[in-house]
Amino acid sequence: MVIVGGGPAGLAAAAELRRRQVGRVLVLEREGEPGGIPRDCHHAGFGWPDLKRMMSGPAYARGCAARARAAGAEIWTESSATRWRGARTLQVTSPHGLFDVSGRAVLLATGCRERPRAARLVPGTRPAGVLTTGALQRIVHGARERAGRRAVVVGAEHVSYSAVHTLTASGTEVAAMITDLPRHQTYGPLAWLAAGRHGIPLLAQSELTRISGKGRVDGVEVTHRTTGATQSIACDTVVFTGDWIPDHELARAGGLAMDPGTRGPRVDASYRTSGPGVFAAGNLLHGAETAGIAALEGRASAAGIARFLADGAGWGAPVVPLSVTRPLVWISPNALGLPEAAPVDHPFVLRVAEFLRDETVDVRQGARILHRERFRALVPNRSIRLRGGWTRAVVADGGPVLISTASRPREGEAR
Amino acid sequence: MAAPFDVAVIGAGVVGAAVARALSAFDLRTVLIEAGPDVGTGTSKANTAILHTGFDAAPGSMEARLVARGYALMSAYAAEVGIPVEQTGACLVAWNEDEVVQLPVIEEKAAANGCRGLRRLSGDELYAMEPHLGPGARAGLLIPGEGIVCPFTAPLAMATEAVVNGVELRLDSRVTSMESDGSIHVLGCGPDPIAARYVVNAAGLQADTIEGLFGRHRFRVRPRRGELIVYDKMARRLLSHVLLPVPTKTTKGVLVAPTVFGNVLLGPTATDVDDKEDRSTTREGLEYVLAKGGRVLPALVNEEVTATYAGLRAATESSDYQIHFDPVLRYLCLGGIRSTGLSASLGIAEHAVELLAGPLPMTLKRDRKKVRMPPVGEGMVRAYEDASLIARDPEYGRIVCHCERVTAGEIRDALRSPVPARGLEGLRRRTRCLQGRCQGFYCLGGLVSLVARETGRPAAAFLEALA
Ligand SMILES: Cc1cc2nc3c(=O)[nH]c(=O)nc-3n(C[C@H](O)[C@H](O)[C@H](O)COP(=O)(O)OP(=O)(O)OC[C@H]3O[C@@H](n4cnc5c(N)ncnc54)[C@H](O)[C@@H]3O)c2cc1C
Ligand SMILES: Cc1cc2nc3c(=O)[nH]c(=O)nc-3n(C[C@H](O)[C@H](O)[C@H](O)COP(=O)(O)OP(=O)(O)OC[C@H]3O[C@@H](n4cnc5c(N)ncnc54)[C@H](O)[C@@H]3O)c2cc1C
Repeated sequence: MVIVGGGPAGLAAAAELRRRQVGRVLVLEREGEPGGIPRDCHHAGFGWPDLKRMMSGPAYARGCAARARAAGAEIWTESSATRWRGARTLQVTSPHGLFDVSGRAVLLATGCRERPRAARLVPGTRPAGVLTTGALQRIVHGARERAGRRAVVVGAEHVSYSAVHTLTASGTEVAAMITDLPRHQTYGPLAWLAAGRHGIPLLAQSELTRISGKGRVDGVEVTHRTTGATQSIACDTVVFTGDWIPDHELARAGGLAMDPGTRGPRVDASYRTSGPGVFAAGNLLHGAETAGIAALEGRASAAGIARFLADGAGWGAPVVPLSVTRPLVWISPNALGLPEAAPVDHPFVLRVAEFLRDETVDVRQGARILHRERFRALVPNRSIRLRGGWTRAVVADGGPVLISTASRPREGEAR
Repeated sequence: MAAPFDVAVIGAGVVGAAVARALSAFDLRTVLIEAGPDVGTGTSKANTAILHTGFDAAPGSMEARLVARGYALMSAYAAEVGIPVEQTGACLVAWNEDEVVQLPVIEEKAAANGCRGLRRLSGDELYAMEPHLGPGARAGLLIPGEGIVCPFTAPLAMATEAVVNGVELRLDSRVTSMESDGSIHVLGCGPDPIAARYVVNAAGLQADTIEGLFGRHRFRVRPRRGELIVYDKMARRLLSHVLLPVPTKTTKGVLVAPTVFGNVLLGPTATDVDDKEDRSTTREGLEYVLAKGGRVLPALVNEEVTATYAGLRAATESSDYQIHFDPVLRYLCLGGIRSTGLSASLGIAEHAVELLAGPLPMTLKRDRKKVRMPPVGEGMVRAYEDASLIARDPEYGRIVCHCERVTAGEIRDALRSPVPARGLEGLRRRTRCLQGRCQGFYCLGGLVSLVARETGRPAAAFLEALA
């Protein structure tokens, strides 16, 4: 068994596969240490969904790696999967050499990244001081440097507040946060901490429309989305947060079918991709969820993988796509392979495009409603978990499964 | 002041670097003076990176002649020193009847320029060659010789060859004054003025300013901005040729081209601007190229963008190059190299040497050192996939920039090369690090620490310099 990516998802899968008696489990991790993104997140907030304990990112990362190793998985660090050399064979580049590794099954758990400035097409000059949260954390915690004197943070979701925390704790003043949505998308206390304690204004329904400065950033222009009013803010640092994109290059290079909503590989509820023997889990499937959710997915994927390794079956059966309509933007997993390798009792992950109150989410196949679930509040950029279980009622010849909100059952197709 | 140089070349863009390299073959004392912190930081780093055959140049012009010559020289030189070049060929696409009737005219022009092998394409043939082309393409013209080249490696290779063969490279030195006694020119550029018997003006956008120092006012440079979008590697499968529009009287138009790093370029715009330093992108410019790109290659606009940038063409009142030699003044002007300088550079340099060789006696050196640039092109075997290289030195197996697969060994080499990288920006152009889709999300911190360790300078110094 070859696992690409030693983050929470890959490591949780490795531990669980070993627990299920899979003979040899190899994790390929391109960085010098396993653990994935949490290694650089020096704040508490990890471990709740999967371990029911709160801890810091580095402690959580070490725990993930230790559990995988204790279970008997091998972890090769500084080992980057750089190319497919066969359906389940990967070329690996490492200081120990260039070689191929083959597995009877492969799990891709390569994570996701934030869209940087260029990908968001923000015009202006190209000065120094424009970062993502990922780069910021690695500068502050890895290289032990202060990012700048005065920063503007683009985004107002969980990770944006991580960025604010990293900036303020390392001595950078935050001049403003900017979101194109009507309000912040994080927990009340986090938003209060930023606005109240640090006095950081949140510019809602606004976009960053220009970056200026030669050499170093000297300011940004912010435009209100409805009034068109612009304002300039002086700063020497801009941090782009959120707006996740799966690190899907290996998945695409392998010719796997992709989901247009998540931009990750399409998987069924057993985490099977369209490639026989190739599975995927974690943030590669959908952009950033919490580490705990990524780990739970990794663990859940192990059931299907173990089954596949035992009987080699599972591909060739009918696959029913799950599609969403606005204001839902995506669901993951986004297909059902019938029959699923294991009962689907783990939840699905959903995203919405706008704030919704007292909303019901319907799952239907043709005219049949398979599942209804009521939510008090649905918040964009925030994880929504839809219960599983209803998948048993899905039939192979009943057409696609549609997930929508009850108040707007068919409004527009999802992107 | 030190003894005068035989030749001072002002500007280490691709043109100045090519001239310095050509002069380094002779027993001359040459200095290459550059205002910026590195070689190739002007227009030479921000262009469309096409290796033009010159098929559409104005027949009989200086540009037509030097692009054709430069093309031939560059193809050979690239192979010799390891500059990434791919001869992809170009498809000129006609989208309506007006454009279709232009095709034979362009074919004739190419013939007049001595460019052979062009082939007319029907709509069906076009779609067979480029299946992702948007609907409505009527006919096309295949120009098999057109190619793509690495705009970063080209000037660096030339400057490196110049330096290892004895040319002195003065960076961070902006020429601001000139005094002359009729035979020796003294160029003021910071604390150490430079004396030289001959001066070559290869100052790009500032060529008219240097002209002024010599009392010449033959042209004025009016920058023409071109904005571009770079798409991620996943877009590369969408095309195999450079896709050109039918040019109009005013512009060559927006093209879609593969790059030697395996990306796809969309652009450029053409807007006259006043500020020679203003390389900012604009909302209008990016929207304009996006609209054009969506028509040519609809699937492209759904792909991820890795960079946007703008370059400034050194446009003048004339459409042709402004190459003028004043033997009495001992001054050679290589100005107005507007939109084909990357392709023409070696042709321009050869011509410059011919001109200088009239009054300036020069003989070829007996032994000349060759250079070999590290393989950064996708068409080459890169370090991370070179088993024997990694076996010899494990640092080539240690990937530090994952998106572009740059190894610690390559970073180290670039910091120690004859024209070394002095910061992250220089490393970017030498190794590709930080040029990828994540723009530092994963690797910035680690790279900064690595460079700080290698150079013994504080990490903060490199963060400041990062663009
Ligand atoms: C700034 C920030 C703050 C966060 N804060 C929190 C928080 O407070 N609480 C929380 O629960 N979650 C938080 N998260 C989210 C959490 O970090 C992720 O959900 C989690 O790391 C996802 O795990 P993963 O295994 O899917 O991906 P990752 O952690 O991204 O791991 C993927 C791994 O794959 C490796 N890899 C990729 N490609 C290859 C290849 N080709 N070859 C070899 N290896 C490869 C990568 O190096 C990486 O180690 C935060 C995320 C960010 C960016
Ligand atoms: C958008 C765009 C697309 C293009 N596409 C292509 C293409 O596809 N193919 C192609 O062949 N060409 C292309 N070109 C043209 C090509 O980039 C230029 O012709 C070429 O780079 C010009 O090189 P240069 O050395 O003359 O100028 P530059 O690269 O600008 O170099 C001039 C150098 O002189 C220095 N300098 C200026 N003043 C002084 C001073 N006083 N003292 C010391 N140093 C000084 C500057 O710092 C600079 O480094 C394009 C150009 C643009 C803008």
